[in-house]
This record gives sequence, C-alpha cells and structure tokens, in this order.
Amino acid sequence: MKNCEYQQIDPGALGTSNTRTSTTLPCGRKNSQRPRRKWEVFPGKNRFFCDGRIMMGRQCGVLPLTIGLILITSGLFFTFDCPFLVHHLTVFIPVIGGVLFVFVIITLLQTSFTDPGILPRALPDEAVDIERQIDNSGSSTYRPPPRTKEILINDQVVKLKYCFTCKMFRPPRTSHCSLCDNCVERFDHHCPWVGNCVGKRNYRFFYAFIVSLSFLTSFIFGCVITHLTLRSQGVNGIIQAIQDSPASIAELVICFFSIWSILGLSGFHTYLVASNLTTNEDIKGSWSSKRGEESGNPYTYNNIFTNCCVVLCGPMPPSLIDRRGFLPPDDAPQTVTSDTELPPFMSKNDANMCTQGTKELLESMAHSSVIQSTCAPGTPKTAPVSQESLLHTISITVSPPNRPPSTGCSGHQALRPIDVSCSQKGNKRAALHTHKPMLRVPSPPCSLGHSPIILSDAPDMGFIPLN
Amino acid sequence: MATEFHNLQELRHSASLANKVFIQRDYTDGTVCKFQTKFPSELDSRIERTLFEDTVKTLNNYYAEAEKIGGQSYLEGCLACLTVYLIFLCIETRYEKVLKKISRYIQEQNEKVYAPRGLLITDPIERGMRVIEISVYEDRGSSASSSGSSTTSSSGR
Repeated sequence: MKNCEYQQIDPGALGTSNTRTSTTLPCGRKNSQRPRRKWEVFPGKNRFFCDGRIMMGRQCGVLPLTIGLILITSGLFFTFDCPFLVHHLTVFIPVIGGVLFVFVIITLLQTSFTDPGILPRALPDEAVDIERQIDNSGSSTYRPPPRTKEILINDQVVKLKYCFTCKMFRPPRTSHCSLCDNCVERFDHHCPWVGNCVGKRNYRFFYAFIVSLSFLTSFIFGCVITHLTLRSQGVNGIIQAIQDSPASIAELVICFFSIWSILGLSGFHTYLVASNLTTNEDIKGSWSSKRGEESGNPYTYNNIFTNCCVVLCGPMPPSLIDRRGFLPPDDAPQTVTSDTELPPFMSKNDANMCTQGTKELLESMAHSSVIQSTCAPGTPKTAPVSQESLLHTISITVSPPNRPPSTGCSGHQALRPIDVSCSQKGNKRAALHTHKPMLRVPSPPCSLGHSPIILSDAPDMGFIPLN
Repeated sequence: MATEFHNLQELRHSASLANKVFIQRDYTDGTVCKFQTKFPSELDSRIERTLFEDTVKTLNNYYAEAEKIGGQSYLEGCLACLTVYLIFLCIETRYEKVLKKISRYIQEQNEKVYAPRGLLITDPIERGMRVIEISVYEDRGSSASSSGSSTTSSSGR
C-alpha cells in the first residue's frame, strides 16, 4: 500500500473557527449535553413536530379552516342525513362517505406534513466553489457575474438560476418558495389551504387529496339533495323538509361553493399531470409556444398515460434534509450573517443579501477546518461504518459562516413574491384563475376558483429572467 | 483489507484537508440524478482517470436504477395509492434500498481506491444530491507546494 504520511492538524486553527459562530440562534450557543437533531437548526421557515418526524410550513395558513370545514360538513352529513338515507335507501351511503372522508383526511395530513422536496442549502465550501466557477474570468473589475446557467435538456435550452439564499444553481424545475424560505424540487405552488409547499415529494398526496375531496363534496351534495327530495315528497313539502333538517342546508351551501373550486382545481391538476407540468411552469408560461420559438416541455413523455404514471406512481424520492439526523457533537451550525462584508460585485445586486464574502470564506478555508455535513443519509443508519462517522472524526473544520435567524433573512425574500391569492376552496370568494393558455395542448376548461400562490425565486437583479 | 483500513485510520487522525472538488450534476437527461463524468483537473495527479470515471458511472447507474420507471415502481405506486400512501410509513421503498447500496459502494470505494490516494468521497445524499464532494488531503510525501487551500483555478466548464 501507499506510504503516505499526512500532516498533523494545527489545533490552533480550530480555535479561530469557533469564534465565528453566531449567537443569534436561540439554542445553538453551546454544545449542550443532549445531542441535537438537524431539524433544530434547519435554516428554512418550517415547523417541526414530534422531534422532526412531522414538518410543515411556518405559516400553517388556513389549514385549521380546511380541516374544520371538512370535519363539520362530514359530521353534519353523518349525523343528520345518513340516518334518513340508510333508512330509505341503502346502508352503503355512510360506508362510501366514510371511506371518502378517511381518504380526504389522510391525504390532507400527508400533504401538509410531508417534506415537499426541500433542497438543503449549499455548504460554504460548495458555495465558494460555485462562486469561483462563475467568476472564473479572474478579472478584478468585479462586474456582476452572470447568475444563470444554460443547459440542454432533451435538446431544449433551459436556464438554471442561481439562488442567493441557498447559494447554488437551482436544478431544473426547482423554485424557491419565499414563504418557506426553501428551494423546493419540482415546485408546484405553496398552498395555504394545506399550509405547506407542494413539490416533488408530496404532489401525489396533494392530487389524491383534491380528487378525493371532489368526490366527497360531490357525494355529500348529491346525498343531501336526495335527502331533501325524498323528505319533501311526503305530504309536508319542501319547506317542512328544510325545517326538519336544517343542517342539510348548511351542507348544501358549503358543498355548492366548494364543488366549483375543487372540481375546477382537480381538473386543472389532471391536465398538469397529463402533460407533466407544474403550476409554476404553467403560470409563468415557461414552455409556451407563443414565444415564437419551438419550445415544448422537455420533461414530457408525450404520452398522457406515461405522464400520469410517472407523476403519480413514480418512485418516491427520499427526503434530502434528514430532519432527525444528529448534528456532529462539536460543531456549531453553519450560519451566514447579514452584516459580514460583501464582495463588491455582490453589493451592487442586493445589499440585503445574507451572504458571507467570498474572500472571507476562502480565508477561513485556508485555516483548515472541520468538514461538517449538515445532511446525512436519513435511512441508512444501519450502515456499519457510515460516511458521516468517518468524516466527522476527522477534525478539520470549514469555518462556519454566521447565519442570521430566519426572520432576518426573510426580508429580502418577501420583497418580491409574485403573489396570486389562492382560493382553492373558495367558499366565500370566487377568484378567477388567470393563467396563460399554455401549450399546443388545449387549455383546461377549469379556470374557476383557483389561483395558487406562486412564490418567486430569490431576488434576481442582474438576471436574465426565465421567460 | 487491514492495510486499507489502517490507511483510513491515518486519514482520520492526521490528515490535512487541502481542497475539495465538487462534481456537479448533469441535467442533459432531465431531472434524473446523474453526475458529470468529466475528469476534474485538480485530481489529475491524484488518481487515474479511468478509476474516477468508473466510480461516477457506477454511481450514475445506481441512481438510474433507483429512479427507473418500470413495472416495479408502478406496482409500488399503485399499492401506495390504494393504501392511501400509508404504506410508505411501513416499508422501505426501492429508492431507499438503492441508496443503501450506494452508501455501501461509496464506503468500499473509499477504502479500496480513494483513501490510499489521499482522497475521500462524500455520499451525495449528504449534500442534497447536488454534488459529489471529493476531499483532497495533503500528502506530506508529495511535493505539494502549499498547505491550506488549493491554488488551482477552477476547472473549465
């Protein structure tokens, strides 16, 4: 074998890195006796429950309202309509209703509590490497470097944008959600009704939720109409029927308004699934053919059945953020402060950017620091000598740049969202969904009541916009 | 095997990180996980090109296998749909199984090929599947000029 000798690490070099740790984190100050899990230092705006097993967006939005409406409507249905219908029709009515109700609740909770496909942020040395490649001209004029990268996917030119928050070039179909402050893979939209982003990992749950909810509302609506009709066929008439069962009117009203929006939404997403598009791409018209050039969706398989199978039944990718992994014991979380000096070419773009200067990073790397892996494989914990254990016993530190608390970073993200108010279950509102007609595929007939929130990417001054 | 492990022990206790090389993703086939096989110039003196390319190609094949859309994945998807996706809480998906295989493969490659050359591959899953990070350790025996950060400029893309 080789007889390589490796240099001893300078213990003094380790001391410099620790002084850079941020003290702004509430729980990150000292290495407590209890080993901390990674979700506790997660930089995005998410909430974690059950020790990291469950996560959702920071603002749970109107999720309680969604759950409440579903529970109330279903509760009224089972309590007031089902006894009559069982007596007069069949016992299968509450059975079917029950099955649909269970489907709806489970898929809703799964949509809300699943990681939508969040990409972990780039570590400092990775960010430095990317910066170096962007600015490889080596000129000292500090002109703003291009922050887009063009690649060819299936012979189609696709622009990758650089995310200033996550410090990486976003993979294709990835977008940064400013509500959650995360880059999400195959970003569809941020849904306030479920209180979470909808992305690669939970799109199938979301689709199952809206489809089963359409069935449930239609079913309840139909049953209530049947109930009132049967009741009013007696000698008493419709007025008496309504007086006998006032809850049915409440259900009718809720269902009537819900059906328009939910059915419309289901139809819209069925169209998206069939053409392998995301709401984000559809709204932005990324693959619109009206730009004059021959640009189609490079991700489609040009077959409706294949697209549906791929989107809904494709392999389930793992969560990349490893919420429940443990932090290496002697490391502070990697952070970036907003008040570190910015390299000149970046200060022109956005003074609020929370980045550490490239120079500082390079200097800190020169002091030889610890490799900290903020993400470790979530599942292969049974692997014998795992990569992570190998790495973190090597006491070499990359100096962690300081990171502000998430509120500090939210300012520049919230500045430029493209907000379209979402009224997916527009009971009280009837917002129209305005999306540009997309491809050669005919646009769906279901533009009512759905305008998801599309959140913009990171501030992109000096960019060429995607379209 | 004992000698390779011995080298890893040395690496663990007395190594000095010189540089990190990042192998980026290759998106020409879409969003499937695939890494560029282009040989980075920083590794020119450290490892043979063929060994490196073999490693990356094998990793790409593993990822392609994980994300393969075919009979088994459809079966898994349909079964999951019927059980309201609760099955994901109980069984390990094929993707996760392949990730374990990848982890073992990288461990084996590190022990056999990379650690003896003063390199260390980080599993891409630990970097959010964005990059393959290869840590380059300084070798006192070599004639490396500088300690600390490498002075090689970025590889052309």
